[in-house]
Amino acid sequence: MSATSEPLGTGGLIFNEPLLWHKGRKGRTGMSIPAGDVPAAAIDDALLGEPVDFPDLSEIDVVRHYTRLSQWNFGVDSGMYPLGSCTMKYNPKTNERQAATPAIAAAHPMLADELCQGTLRLLFELQRSLAAITGLDAISLQPAAGAHGELTGMLIFHAWHRHQGAQRRKILIPDTAHGTNPASAALCGYQAVAIKSDDRGMLDPALVAELMDEDTAGIMLTNPNTLGLFEERIREIAAIVHAKGGLVYGDGANMNAVLGVIDAKRCGIDVLHLNLHKTFSTPHGGGGPGAGPVCVTSELEPFLPVPRVVKEGGSFRLDSDRPLSVGRIHAFHGNFGILVRAYSYILTMGEAGLKQASRLAVLNANYIKERLKDVLHLPYDRPCMHECVFSDLNQQAQKITTLDMAKRLIDYGYHPPTIYFPLVVHGALMIEPTETECKDDLDQFIATLRTIVREAEEQPDLLRQAPHRTKVRRLDEVQAARCPCLIGPSAG
Amino acid sequence: MRYLPHTPEEIDAMLAAVGAASLDELFASVPADCRMTRAWDLPAPKTEWELNDHLRALAASMGVNEQTAVLVGAGSYHHHIPETIRVLAGRSEFLTAYTPYQPEMAQGTLQGIFEYQTLTARLLGVDVVNASMYDGASALAEALLMGLRIAKKKRRVAVARAIHPHYRAVVRAYLEPAGFEIVELDTLDSGRTDLGGLGSLDDLAAAALQSPNFFGVIEDLDSAAAAIHQAGALFVACFTEPLAYGLCRNPGSCGADIVCGEGQSFGLPRSFGGPNLGMFGCKEPFTRNMPGRLVGETRDVEGRRGYVLTLATREQHIRREKATSNICSNQGICALTAAMYMASLGGTGIRQLARLNYDRSEYLKNLLIKAGARIVFAGPTFNEFVVEFAADFRPVRERLLAKNIVAGLELGTLYPDMAGRYLFCVTETIDRQTMDTIAAEVGA
Amino acid sequence: MKEIEELKLPDDIRYTDDHEWAKITGDTVLVGVSDYAQDQMGDVVFVELPAIGDTFAKGDEFGTLESVKAVSELYMPMSGEVIAVNTALADSPELINQQPYATWIVEIKPSDPSEYGQLHDAASYLQLLKG
Repeated sequence: MSATSEPLGTGGLIFNEPLLWHKGRKGRTGMSIPAGDVPAAAIDDALLGEPVDFPDLSEIDVVRHYTRLSQWNFGVDSGMYPLGSCTMKYNPKTNERQAATPAIAAAHPMLADELCQGTLRLLFELQRSLAAITGLDAISLQPAAGAHGELTGMLIFHAWHRHQGAQRRKILIPDTAHGTNPASAALCGYQAVAIKSDDRGMLDPALVAELMDEDTAGIMLTNPNTLGLFEERIREIAAIVHAKGGLVYGDGANMNAVLGVIDAKRCGIDVLHLNLHKTFSTPHGGGGPGAGPVCVTSELEPFLPVPRVVKEGGSFRLDSDRPLSVGRIHAFHGNFGILVRAYSYILTMGEAGLKQASRLAVLNANYIKERLKDVLHLPYDRPCMHECVFSDLNQQAQKITTLDMAKRLIDYGYHPPTIYFPLVVHGALMIEPTETECKDDLDQFIATLRTIVREAEEQPDLLRQAPHRTKVRRLDEVQAARCPCLIGPSAG
Repeated sequence: MRYLPHTPEEIDAMLAAVGAASLDELFASVPADCRMTRAWDLPAPKTEWELNDHLRALAASMGVNEQTAVLVGAGSYHHHIPETIRVLAGRSEFLTAYTPYQPEMAQGTLQGIFEYQTLTARLLGVDVVNASMYDGASALAEALLMGLRIAKKKRRVAVARAIHPHYRAVVRAYLEPAGFEIVELDTLDSGRTDLGGLGSLDDLAAAALQSPNFFGVIEDLDSAAAAIHQAGALFVACFTEPLAYGLCRNPGSCGADIVCGEGQSFGLPRSFGGPNLGMFGCKEPFTRNMPGRLVGETRDVEGRRGYVLTLATREQHIRREKATSNICSNQGICALTAAMYMASLGGTGIRQLARLNYDRSEYLKNLLIKAGARIVFAGPTFNEFVVEFAADFRPVRERLLAKNIVAGLELGTLYPDMAGRYLFCVTETIDRQTMDTIAAEVGA
Repeated sequence: MKEIEELKLPDDIRYTDDHEWAKITGDTVLVGVSDYAQDQMGDVVFVELPAIGDTFAKGDEFGTLESVKAVSELYMPMSGEVIAVNTALADSPELINQQPYATWIVEIKPSDPSEYGQLHDAASYLQLLKG
């Protein structure tokens, strides 16, 4: 009997755990507070606030509370997390240790350059590595997330056009774009103009040519796109945009498909952001932090956020003398601890390792596509990159939706894939396995989805009521939105 | 390579299943003229042990380390972090989880963030708090944009000069492209912000003060609220040191409409400035205008208490260009860490710790005065203050550095009119002996 | 979701291309959304209303309907001034799902009553839905 014949998901002992303020007793403490060794200083009564309404908890109260809460969660360390466009690859533990290196964790961000040579060197070397990896010339590590990188990109567009002497009002954005794209453009005052994808799920240069004019600042595109398909005519599209004086923004969220394969500059991209929490293995933390470095051509380097890390002689310093810079977009140097993790990952993988990661990510996605396309509807039946998109069309006869299938996967011990995105596919189910899943685990995942498809035909209610094995089931999101309860009641 | 589990046999089998002869063939759709042809010249891959050595060497090249007494705050504070927090926040079920879009498998994150929202709302005196922004600076920029959205037709905001210079820079970067006007409010001799000019400003959507401000001075938030509301604007109160509210009146109770700032003090290492924690909250009427994720309480199909992300129609993945912000990833694990810190500290503990910071800071102030220095601003401070020395402080600072003490931050680069003045910060990590040493060197 | 045959389409009111309905009541007009609109939207969780006194042209956006996962703009069937808004929707947005035609959203004083005739009658609206 093979090791994978037992189903992955099962039941288990899960604790109920009350909210923090329903625990504890006044006078307990969970912190070692130093003794007062100086005289108590006078303070004006008018400044004093009311005591803060926090519960008093012992150290054990806190430890049990969060240990139990963690047991309700599912992370990459628990099992496969095939969220399309999220690149939930394994988060190496050594990276955590490197980020916690005492002198680095204790570094204050505003100390003199000569005291920070270690951290400045790390920033410089990471910048250089990312430039090599993307093919672009200059990098800023300040943006704290992909969307922050997109905003920075839009600020760079704006500053560059102002420098050219004329401000433009529109940005072209494909209808398959991630929601952050138009939101970032709007933050900069741009009007997002949607480009419809063709029936192959791709961008049509003819349509871009129709829409591109001298009031359009440029285009934001994702390559591979959000359907997991490579935009084959990207150079043509870039040329059309450049010809009318626009710039090309690349959303690098799907970089995990093309490390070592594409050169962003040769593709015609002027500004690219990377998601270190996707491609470069930094942990997602239940929502963040990430990091969204921005990579630009040398022509746009003057516009990058300040300060820049420069190397002079053998030492490093911060340079803020950049009159064309868009300014600061973060209080300090970005999510530095995340940068340390990505830096460690790059040093561990090396060039060959990073390139192999993309090749295996694409192999894994194509393998899943081939092994499921006979049971799940595949809207675009062609080689995919690192993710593949199915729909619930085949299950419509049983009135089973993508949501039902996703919820049933949970019972089997998997985090569902991305659902209902991109919007151009009705009932989209987007699967991105990443390269860190082995063939055995993929085979078990494939077998599970095939089982669920069979259940959809034979026992559809199992799916509609799913999940069955979790601590809570089918939470009422309507009530949560109608009568929002966003903080707990007060103790008094 | 230990993160790439495929064996050559498995690769062959999978290629056969896919119908490709090689891995290269999988990329056939990528045109030749898009291809990466340059060598990367990355260092050869390191083993885990070589990586340890490499980071150790980087750390050793720092001029300060974890044992240096750094008397600098300015938006990044040294507070003791209990080992429990490192262990609990490091649990991989929290750390390697995604955004909780599938609530049934993310109740740990969701209840944890709901608790963070609640504790932070109580600390700041507001009705609702979001699940975090990137940092205090971007939180302030987003707060002003929120004020402009609420005011609809107004195009102007006022920002105190005593707000952290980096925060004001980020506000400029965010607001300039859309053409919003930023008016700066001056600082009085007391170190507090001059509210006098507010009355003459029309078209004002929002005005922002920081308290304690960059100079460590606690602003008169009640008067600020009155003056700003009188001008028909929303009051944005920001902060870089939330521990101050363990002792001082919180901005919500003083009339602030939006409260935002930096939560790094609550359990996060300084880590060269990030990852940090943008805390963001507001009064109830403005809830649907807030950026960022929100966790709400609800019931499941069997009536059990549970948590979900809610009011998502404000966010980019639904509202796209009409969203309240473009924010997607937040600082999730940092918010959870801050909640763990607040839970460990407790209501009694936070008062104690805040008091300790205040008392130590006042102690150093008095020592420096006795040693001949001048406290530049007369206004009340929490754990930071600005000092001017009788003689050139630089040689003294060098001698203290040789004793592994970083004595203050010189302000000339940030405020040209304050060259030669130093911003000092004293937290519970600075002991009496260190302060006595500093005073002795100053007096020498 | 309902089949077209299952949708309610009263014939004493008029409909827009965007699935609002308009009903003349004396010299004012009540505005709501059709059964099709509420069925497509799903559970309404929030209604964003204009202020009393706001004026709009025909086709202008005057508010929004929100479900958990989507937002739908509301467009004026006729030009006019908002003289009343249905405040019951603040606490009970689900009324729109339960009784789409009995639940008005805004009441307007039309500036050009002849615009009513330009809207779809029930038969024409049914054609639109089938098309």
